[in-house]
Amino acid sequence: MRITLDEDRCCGAGTCVMTAPDVFDQRDDGIVVLLDPNPPAQLATSVHDAAARCPAAAIRVETE
Amino acid sequence: MTETTADPTDSTDPTDTVDLPGLPRERGCPFDPAPGYAHLRESAPITRIAFPSGGSGWLVTRYEDVRALLADPRFSSRLSAAAPHVRTAVAALPEPLPGALLRLDEPEHARYRRPVMRAFTVKRVQQLRPRIQQIVDERLDAMERAGGPVDLVAELALPVTSLVICELLGVSYDDRETFHGLAGRLLAIESSPEEGQQARAELASFIAALVAAKREKPDDDLLSTLIAEADADPDSPLTDIALTVLGSLLLIAGHETTANMIALGTLTLLEHPDQLAALREDPALADRTVEELLRHLTIIQFGLVRMATEDLTLGGRSIRAGEYVVASLPSANRDPGLGIEDPDRLDITRTPAAHVAFGYGPHQCLGQQLARAELQITLTSLFSRFPGLRLAAPAESLPFRDDMLIYGLHQLPVTW
Ligand code: SF4
Repeated sequence: MRITLDEDRCCGAGTCVMTAPDVFDQRDDGIVVLLDPNPPAQLATSVHDAAARCPAAAIRVETE
Repeated sequence: MTETTADPTDSTDPTDTVDLPGLPRERGCPFDPAPGYAHLRESAPITRIAFPSGGSGWLVTRYEDVRALLADPRFSSRLSAAAPHVRTAVAALPEPLPGALLRLDEPEHARYRRPVMRAFTVKRVQQLRPRIQQIVDERLDAMERAGGPVDLVAELALPVTSLVICELLGVSYDDRETFHGLAGRLLAIESSPEEGQQARAELASFIAALVAAKREKPDDDLLSTLIAEADADPDSPLTDIALTVLGSLLLIAGHETTANMIALGTLTLLEHPDQLAALREDPALADRTVEELLRHLTIIQFGLVRMATEDLTLGGRSIRAGEYVVASLPSANRDPGLGIEDPDRLDITRTPAAHVAFGYGPHQCLGQQLARAELQITLTSLFSRFPGLRLAAPAESLPFRDDMLIYGLHQLPVTW
């Protein structure tokens, strides 16, 4: 699993942080931060969920 | 999607509204959207409707289409009329002012949203929790001292949300009557364009005076921070007009929406005793309860309006440049397409749905984490303080806000 972010799109409402707190965080100004670009497989569900819920489609997840 | 050439709602003349239905407005149950939506999702998920103000637009009722619409930059928020889908009298709006987040498109929207985003991150809201708890406890103490029956809107819901946004923004709580009154005038469907204009002007001069005062005497609040930042950076988009417009928006949106969710959420739990019992038994369900109430009640009751900026296709329908499109959030949140079982059932134990109660796309509610925290803290504290909380008036007599852009209750008499 590989995650990429498009910070320019992020609208900072923090849905990803709520959904997958081990993988996403927010900078002080609200923009998303990736804590772990290659998270372990057991986080796959929450990561995909975070990507699907992101209102700005700022999170891309590629699975090998 | 099936071809629907014979469908009268696909009329080619956008000015011909004679046979078009209007936005479904008649609720059966006060906790459910108008029954018309379920029918539309099945039979005409994107359909033309007549607006009470004259003219027509498209109504989008399915979850997937609502999300697609709200995330699509070809639909603009720069509307030329205010709530034309529900208001009977609408006048042409002036161009949106700098900072008018609800009416701006990218990239302009982000320029004004970013400076305020930092006050509403997950972490910042987490830090605010103890203070929110304190505010809630003080209001519950006051309720207890006064003894029932009390109006929960006036004694808890409005004070909690107003105190929180006042402190955060740096507005004096003593001015609450002023801004509560203004919120009422701005959100009433029957407000005329002149009344709306007048209320906006009064709100703007109230906040403008505050901006001037804070520039003289800064404090430890969001408005002061933004002013200092703007003054330090000649390229800052935060002109005094932008600061005033942003401040007005945060003040109104920051208290009115959440206050209604608190009151309506309380009533919903009282009327669903099995759900309330489940929450009481396991307070750890507070997060899920709030998500489910947000989804189930969806207080942005008439949806969000956008305008197509080019001829395009949405969910198989051709929409022309300049046409209004209404994204029905309440309908989307009851659509089986949301991916939850039995979406019309209130179930606080379910895995939270990816609902659209806060909207979707780049405009998705900036204050959603704060709203969640206020709701979780207020609802759990209320029911643990007053285990015997109950209605002090017949449920049929309660004044629901069918007449306001934001649904909820005008009053909620309770006792314990
Ligand atoms: S959910 Fe999307 S828009 Fe929201 S903070 Fe995360 S990346 Fe940004």
